Amino acid sequence: MRASLEKNYQYQRSRSRIKPKKIIYHLLVGGFAILLLYPVLWLLMSSFKVSEQIFITADSLIPSPFVLGNYAQGWEGFGEYSFGVFIKNTVVFVIFVLIGHLISCSLIAFGFARLKFAGRGFWFAIMIMTLMLPYEVVMIPQYIIFAKLGWLNSLAPLVVPAFFGHPFFIFLLVQFIRTIPRDLDEAARIDGCNTFGIYYRIILPLITPALATTAIFTFYWTWDNLLGPVLYLNSPDKYTVSMALNMFLSNETVSNWGAMFAMSIVSLVPVFIIFFIFQRYVVEGISTSGIKG
Amino acid sequence: MNTQLRRNLWGYFFIGPFILGFLAFTIIPILSSLYFSFTSYDLFSSPRWIGIENYTKMFTDDPRYLHSLRITFIYVFGGVPLRLAFALLVAMLLNTASRAVGLYRTMYYLPSLIGGSVAVAIMWRNIFGDEGIVNLALAGIGLETVRWFGDPTAALWMLICLSIWQFGSSMLIFLAGLKSIPQSYYEAASVDGGNFIQKFFKITIPMLSPVILFNAIMQTIAAFMTFVPAFIISKGTGGPLDGTLLYSLYLFKQGFEFFNMGYASAMAWVMLIIIAILTSIIFISSRFWVHYESEGGR
Repeated sequence: MRASLEKNYQYQRSRSRIKPKKIIYHLLVGGFAILLLYPVLWLLMSSFKVSEQIFITADSLIPSPFVLGNYAQGWEGFGEYSFGVFIKNTVVFVIFVLIGHLISCSLIAFGFARLKFAGRGFWFAIMIMTLMLPYEVVMIPQYIIFAKLGWLNSLAPLVVPAFFGHPFFIFLLVQFIRTIPRDLDEAARIDGCNTFGIYYRIILPLITPALATTAIFTFYWTWDNLLGPVLYLNSPDKYTVSMALNMFLSNETVSNWGAMFAMSIVSLVPVFIIFFIFQRYVVEGISTSGIKG
Repeated sequence: MNTQLRRNLWGYFFIGPFILGFLAFTIIPILSSLYFSFTSYDLFSSPRWIGIENYTKMFTDDPRYLHSLRITFIYVFGGVPLRLAFALLVAMLLNTASRAVGLYRTMYYLPSLIGGSVAVAIMWRNIFGDEGIVNLALAGIGLETVRWFGDPTAALWMLICLSIWQFGSSMLIFLAGLKSIPQSYYEAASVDGGNFIQKFFKITIPMLSPVILFNAIMQTIAAFMTFVPAFIISKGTGGPLDGTLLYSLYLFKQGFEFFNMGYASAMAWVMLIIIAILTSIIFISSRFWVHYESEGGR
C-alpha cells in the first residue's frame, strides 16, 4: 500500500515537473516573496559598502569594495559606551522579563485553568479585558508612580510588572492546560500531591511547548521594545539596543549610514537565530492563538 | 479548615500575582489617568482641577489633535484591510500541497517577525529616501519618483506600506484556518458546477469569517496604537508637516515633550473610547457576516 502510494506520488511529481502552471506558480509566489524581502537584503548588503557609496550604488546589491569597517565603527557606540554595553543591557532586560513571565504566567494560568474558587469567572473576565487595554491609558500614571518610587533611569519599571503576569501569555497557557486530561491531577492527588505539587510536578513539565512559545514571544517583544526604554532610561550606560539605534539616527550624518546599517543588522541577528531554532513553536504559537508576531 | 475555604485560598494563591499586578499597574493607573484628564498637570507642580477643559480643547481648539486623529484613521482603515487582504490572498496561494510551501511560508512571515523593530524602521526610512530603492524602482518602471519626506500624504502612505508589508502573521493564522476547512465542501461545490469565485464567497469566506473577525479586531487595536515606526521614521517629530503624527506619537509628545500630563491623559481616554467603539462596531457588524458552524450557519 505504502509503496504504491509512493509510486503514485513520484508519478505525480514527475508529471508536475512539466506543468507550466506549476512554473508560473513558483515564479509568482517565489518572486513576490523575494520582492518583499529585498529591502532586508539591501540593508544587509549596504552594511558592507563604504558609507559614501551606499546611495550612489543603491541599485546594486554587490558591495565593491566589500568592507567590514562599518561594523567596527558601529560597534564603538557612543562616547565611552560600545555597542557591546547596549547588547548586555538588553540581554539583562530580556532575562528578567523572561523569568518574570514564565513564573507568573504559569502560576496564574494554572489557577484559572484548574482550580475552582469563588470569583474565578470574574477575574478571568477582567484578565481578558486587560488584553484589549491600550498601554497609553496607563502609561502616564505608571510613569508618575515609578517616578515617585524613585525608579526612573533604572530597569525596575520595565521588569517589575513582568512578575505579575501578561494577559496574552496567561490566556495562551490557560488554553494549553485545558487540553491536559484531569485524570493526571486526580492520580497525583491520590498519591498525596498537594495543589502546588500538581502544578509543579504534573502541569509544569507538560506545558513546556506553551512555555517555549511564551519565552520566544517575550524575547521578541522585549528585544524590540522602544517605548519603555525611551520613557524610563536616560543615561547612555543603561541604553538598550533599540535606543542605541535611535541614537544613531539622531546623530545621522552622511558618513555614518554604514555604521547605522551595520548595527541594525546586528540587532536583527538574535531575532533570526531564535526564529530559525524554534520555528515550529513560533508558527504554531501564531496559528493556534493568534499572537501577534 | 473546611474544603471550600481551602480551595479559595489555593485559587487566590495562584492568581494572586495577577490581582496584585492588576491593582498596582492597571486599575490604580486607569483611575488616576481619569482624574488627571480633568486637570492641568505638568508633573512638577500638583494637578489643578480644570473640569472638561482638556476635552473641549481637543475638539475645538487644537487643530493638530484633529489632524492627528484624522491621519490615524487613514492609517488604520487604509492599512488594516489591505494587510488582511494580502494575508488572505497569500494564504490561499500557499494552501497547496507543493513542497516549497514551508519555505515560502517562512519568507512571507519574516517581515512580521522583524517589523516592529527599530532596525526595520531605519531600513524603511532609507529605502524611501530620495535616492532610495523605492524611487529607483519607480523610475525603473517609468513612473514618477516621489519625495516621500517632502509630502505629508506620501509620508503617511510610507507608514501604511510598512504596516501592509507585515501581513505575515495574519497570513499564518489564515493558513491554519484554510487547512481546517473540509476538502469535501469544495468537492461538493465542484460537483454542483461551482466556479472559483463562487467557492471563494460561498465556502472560503464564510468558513474563515470567525478568524477574519478576530484578526480585524486585534489588528485595528494594534494599528491604532502604532508608535515605533512613526517615531523612528520621522525622528520623533511626526513630520513632514505632521504627516506621520500618529495618535500615539502626539500623545507621547504632549506627555513627555510638552509635559501636558493632564491633556495627554485626556487623549488616552478618548483613544480608549474610540477603540471600544470600533471594537463594538466590528462585533455588531459581525452578526451579518460571521458564520459559526455550531449555530448551523445563517
